[in-house]
Order: sequence, then C-alpha cells, then structure tokens
Amino acid sequence: MIPAAFEYHRPDSLAGALSVLEEHGDDARVMAGGHSLIPMMKLRMAEVPHLIDLQDVTELHGVTITDDTITIGAMTTQAELLTNNALTRAAPILKEAALQIADPQVRNCGTIGGNVANGDPGNDMPGLMQCLDASFVLAGPGGLRSSPAREYYEAAYMTAREDEEILTAIRFARPVGGYAYEKQKRKIGDYATAAAAVQIAAEGGRVTRASIAMTNLSDTPIWSKAAGDALVGSDCGTDAVEAAIAAMQADIDPTEDNRGPVEFKRHVAGVMLRRAIASAWART
Amino acid sequence: MTKHQVTLTVNGSSETIDVDPRELLIHTLREKLDLTGAHIGCETSHCGACTVDLNGKSVKACTMFTVQAAGADVTTIEGIASPDGMHVLQESFREHHGLQCGYCTPGMITRAYRLLQDNPAPSEEDIRFGMAGNLCRCTGYQNIVKSIQAAAAQMNAAQEAAE
Repeated sequence: MIPAAFEYHRPDSLAGALSVLEEHGDDARVMAGGHSLIPMMKLRMAEVPHLIDLQDVTELHGVTITDDTITIGAMTTQAELLTNNALTRAAPILKEAALQIADPQVRNCGTIGGNVANGDPGNDMPGLMQCLDASFVLAGPGGLRSSPAREYYEAAYMTAREDEEILTAIRFARPVGGYAYEKQKRKIGDYATAAAAVQIAAEGGRVTRASIAMTNLSDTPIWSKAAGDALVGSDCGTDAVEAAIAAMQADIDPTEDNRGPVEFKRHVAGVMLRRAIASAWART
Repeated sequence: MTKHQVTLTVNGSSETIDVDPRELLIHTLREKLDLTGAHIGCETSHCGACTVDLNGKSVKACTMFTVQAAGADVTTIEGIASPDGMHVLQESFREHHGLQCGYCTPGMITRAYRLLQDNPAPSEEDIRFGMAGNLCRCTGYQNIVKSIQAAAAQMNAAQEAAE
C-alpha cells in the first residue's frame, strides 16, 4: 500500500511549521509520529498534498513538571511517557494508560499530541485528558490559545482546532488521589471495546472529588460529570458505584461495529468503570 | 513531486538515495538497498514483520516514510549477525525451534535484539509484553519466548565470563 504523492516539509521551528500550514491551507497536514496518519494515507482515506513532519520542531518536545502543573510537549512519544519516572510519580494514570496503547514499536513513534489532536474516538488519551481536565495549547497565526479537553471534541475527527493551528502541548493540574485506566480490547494493539479513566480524591474515607471519562463509546470521548458526582460523599460502596455506572450509561452512545453490538459495549463499559472505580478507590 | 536526497546509516554503512516523499522505509530497504530480511507482512503496523532498529529503538518500517528517517542509524536483521556467524538470538531461535514458516522471524529477532539491549534479563512476562508488536501465526509463541530466554541467559553468561 503506497500513499498518493505529496510534498514533504520538515520545518525546524514552530513558526516555520505554521507558515507552511498557512501557505497551503487545507492542502497541508501536520504529522507527529505518523501512526494514525500514514495508515490513513496508505488507505487513501486521507489526502495530504503537503505533509509537514514535526519531528524537528524543538518547541514541541519535552515535559515540564511544577508543583501544581504538568505540561507535556505534543511530540512526546507514548514510550517516553512510560520511561519518564518523574512524570509517572506526578501523574501515574498516564503510564497506566500508555501501557495499554498499541505495542512497543508503535509506542516508540506514536505521540501524545497526535493521539489527542486527531479526534479519533478510539484513541485512549482524549478520554484520559478529559478525566484530568487538561487543556490543549494551540498555536496559530494569532498566537497561542488554550482549549479545554472537555470541549475540544465535536464529533469523530472533528475538533476545536482550526485548520491553521498546531496542537503544541497538553497541560493539566497535578492529579491528586487514586487513579485507574481500565481498558477492554480484543487483542494487543486494538482500540478499546470500552475503557474508563477515573481519578478519585478522598478525605476521611469519603470521596471529595471524582472525575470519570469513557473511551470509544460515542463519536467523542465522554466525560460524565454525573457519574463522578454520584461518587462524591460516598465511600465508593455498591450503591454509589452502581449509581455512577447508571449515570455513565446515560451519557454514552455506543454504536454497533466489529467490536460488538450496543448491548455488549454497554455491558463492557459498566465492567470497566466498576473495575476502574475499585482500583482508583483502593489507591486513594 | 519533489524527490529528496536522503542519507542514512544502514547496518553501519552510509547510504545516500533519492526517494519520493511517499516511499516507505521498508521499500527503500528491500528494493533499493537489497536488504530483503525485513519482511512486508500486514502493511498496517500490526504484525511487526518489517521491524527494524532505528536510532536504538524498534520501529515498523512499513509505517515510516524514508524521508522521516533521514540521518538515522538503521539496523536490519542483516546487520545483527557478525561476519563470524549468526547472532546468539539467531542460533537460539534455531536451537529452540522458535520458528516454523520463518516469515515473522527477522522481525522477531530484530525486536528481541532491542528488547535484550533494553532489558538483559527479562521475565517471561517481560518478553511477552515486549514482543507484543510481533505476530506469529505458526508457533503459538512458546518457542519464541524460550528462544529469547535462552539467548538472554547465554548472552549474560558470556558477559559474566568476559568480566
């Protein structure tokens, strides 16, 4: 499988990348690790007359951790998320999720920026970023702006990013409390049949804050405010957990595909969330 | 479309080639450099038959444009054996019957080579997790795991003997 012909650009600065993007408009696409885009180009499902390879754009690399905020450059690979011990200490849910994405070779290329930016509902990081209430930093001709992950996804492959913008970094407050990312997939490398991201903060044996997001159960990731709220004030006992699952079920909208019929996906979504809550609660 | 002149190091020797941007690394290796060890299997970055080592990391050469690899240091299965004979991993795959049809084997060994560089004493679980990007439709993986374990033990023993 060979993609259609294209012109290749390899800028070494963000300004350079933005100027190529501006020059070619709809005809240009940026590429991070390429593990979503290249397969789409090979299948001729994506036509990219001008491909902008971001690997030399230094501004997009690096992870910064302060006392309260974590900033991850868009070009950080999934493999780098696994080996950055400071990041794992500050936000262990990232490693738990990255371990469940693809396989070693793909994680060496695939980036967190590409994973959140392209709007594929099967990707794991978008739901996780909604769980963490992250913001995406977008650079465009007018400068930088910030887009909340919970408002970024409009439909499958449709996002709040404008054509002339590049997602440069992901930023979120240092998470507190227990965490879990639980994912059911048919095989290594597959997208989730259903996955749940959970962060729970507790005090005195009671939940003070809970955030729950689901992956691949709608045409966007689903942050379920009601599901999180159902846990607040509880000790994560059966009633509260079942209430959270019921609230989550009301927010998702899975469709039948080769991962199963709707009923099965709803069943798996419930199982994943139950496990994720139990695991996150045990870690508070 | 504009051709690009790309220089990369392949198995220790510097190669300069003209490529269309859309040329995939696996095609450059196989068709321009006559290195047909890395195989084309699924072409969708699932099977790992095309695995090569790029700047010390395992990648799938079917999902990378050659222009992206400009300046990179690439090792293929052909670069893993030495002039004196086969690599310990290759011997071990033969000894422990870590292959049947052999189609996935270059990718398996190239990936296992990097796995053992990163983790010289992997557990069975480490091996299964580390080899998850390489599919074999014949063996059921048992003997592949055994081959890698045996190679690791042999390499560590040789290392200890040398020290």
